[in-house]
Amino acid sequence: MDRIILHSDMNSFYASVEQAERPELRGKPVVVAGKEELRHGIVLTKSIEAKAYGIKTAEALWQARAKCPDLVVLPPRYKLYRRYSEMARSIYYQYSDLVEPFGLDECWIDLTGSLHLHGGDALVVAREISERVKAELGCTVSIGVSWNKIFAKFGSDYEKPDAITPITRDNYRSIVWPAPVRELLYVGPATERKLRDRGINTIGELAAAPDGFLKRRLGKVGFVLRTFARGEDATPVKPYDPTARDVSRVVKSYGNGLTAPHSITCEADAKALVWLLAESVAQRMREDGMRARTIAIGVRNDVDLSGYGCQVKLPRPSAATRHVAQAAWAMLRIRERFDEDHPIRALHVRATDLVEPDLSGQLTLFDDPEPDWESLDRCIDEARRRFGNTCIVRGVELLDETLAGTDIKDENTVHPVGYFHR
Amino acid sequence: MAMVRGIDSREKRYVKVTAVTDEDGRITPVSVEWEDGRVYEIDRVLDRRQAASLKVGGTGMRYLVRIGQATTYLFHEDPRWYVEAKIPRM
Repeated sequence: MDRIILHSDMNSFYASVEQAERPELRGKPVVVAGKEELRHGIVLTKSIEAKAYGIKTAEALWQARAKCPDLVVLPPRYKLYRRYSEMARSIYYQYSDLVEPFGLDECWIDLTGSLHLHGGDALVVAREISERVKAELGCTVSIGVSWNKIFAKFGSDYEKPDAITPITRDNYRSIVWPAPVRELLYVGPATERKLRDRGINTIGELAAAPDGFLKRRLGKVGFVLRTFARGEDATPVKPYDPTARDVSRVVKSYGNGLTAPHSITCEADAKALVWLLAESVAQRMREDGMRARTIAIGVRNDVDLSGYGCQVKLPRPSAATRHVAQAAWAMLRIRERFDEDHPIRALHVRATDLVEPDLSGQLTLFDDPEPDWESLDRCIDEARRRFGNTCIVRGVELLDETLAGTDIKDENTVHPVGYFHR
Repeated sequence: MAMVRGIDSREKRYVKVTAVTDEDGRITPVSVEWEDGRVYEIDRVLDRRQAASLKVGGTGMRYLVRIGQATTYLFHEDPRWYVEAKIPRM
């Protein structure tokens, strides 16, 4: 028997929440954007009205204003969005215990086992959910209904806003297959280019792609994508625990990144930022009792906004700030020159390859015993828990005055979203 | 929204509320204190549901309460309470 899966996507989420909170903004072009003074001035979400002016997500604010001089620009209020997100999930949760969030504004809901309790018609339930979100939150959702998660998501993207799109065994060849491959989950620009080179432009063509080509050009993931395109994805919808923090369920890595308030052109500023980011990453690992084996960094250059990434294995899994920071700093220092000709715009530090908390890991025989950095960190964590994240600051982080007072952990944590669970 | 004669528009106004929380966590408002100090006893809660306020924005648990002859909405935004206050036409 086929599963019955809904994918619910809150339309223009941040902007819709702002419009629900402030009725005078309804019907107006609204964008939620980062702070321009800190050079975070890009569009995070646009309202439906702003979209009509051709304003795009991730566009710079000056570009958006050029398209629409009357644009209303609002700073993000993440606490508020989280509250709306939780309220939406608590509605979904009344229809099934299998509710899997995908970011703040999207969820899969598996109705296979509970549909008979709600009348037996998936489209009726979808309509009920949509109407309840509208009445209780004042926002609209788009819902896709299908037998697998990929097509359900495709359905919720197919028509917006405030729509319900069923993708069935009878219609998927005429709805999903003619669409560009790009619209399939996990087909990004690079994959799209590789596929297009071989004349594969639509999802239907990907579904019919030969084994040899997929293996040669895309490797293992090629077969996964073809499975997606054929509607054969069997990934289950994970049960959502409303009491647990979202991130604790599917964590595969901890990462923090920041666009610096000014371009980084000296070693001290770069070091300050690396430590600041490493501190937050390590602190979050410790909170969840995790340790990482691999540390990765991402660097964005300020001249042409190009970027690169690299990673290194730690000798032992660790959650100590010092280890994360030193590994990240070592990678950055040998690659960057830190001068006016090579300014850095943004940095990202990520800890991956996580090990379970209770495994102590292999000890080394020949190294000198090291001080227990993690115990020191735990004392600092405790002080921060009680007095705030900025109550103890490392000396190195004070070298760049513009970063002083930046609370990475609470303000700049990007929750990882993973589709392939362990 | 349909204009009522004599009412220009409405605004979100936070109010002081006395409420009873029973052992199951169910909250029932008992009285509302207006900003001028007048206290209105709530005679009856006619309806309670999670709802968005279309008039003044925001969302929360919406109570439809009867005070004397009148009925009005009282929103619990947790922890604060607000009403959709009428702004008289000048």
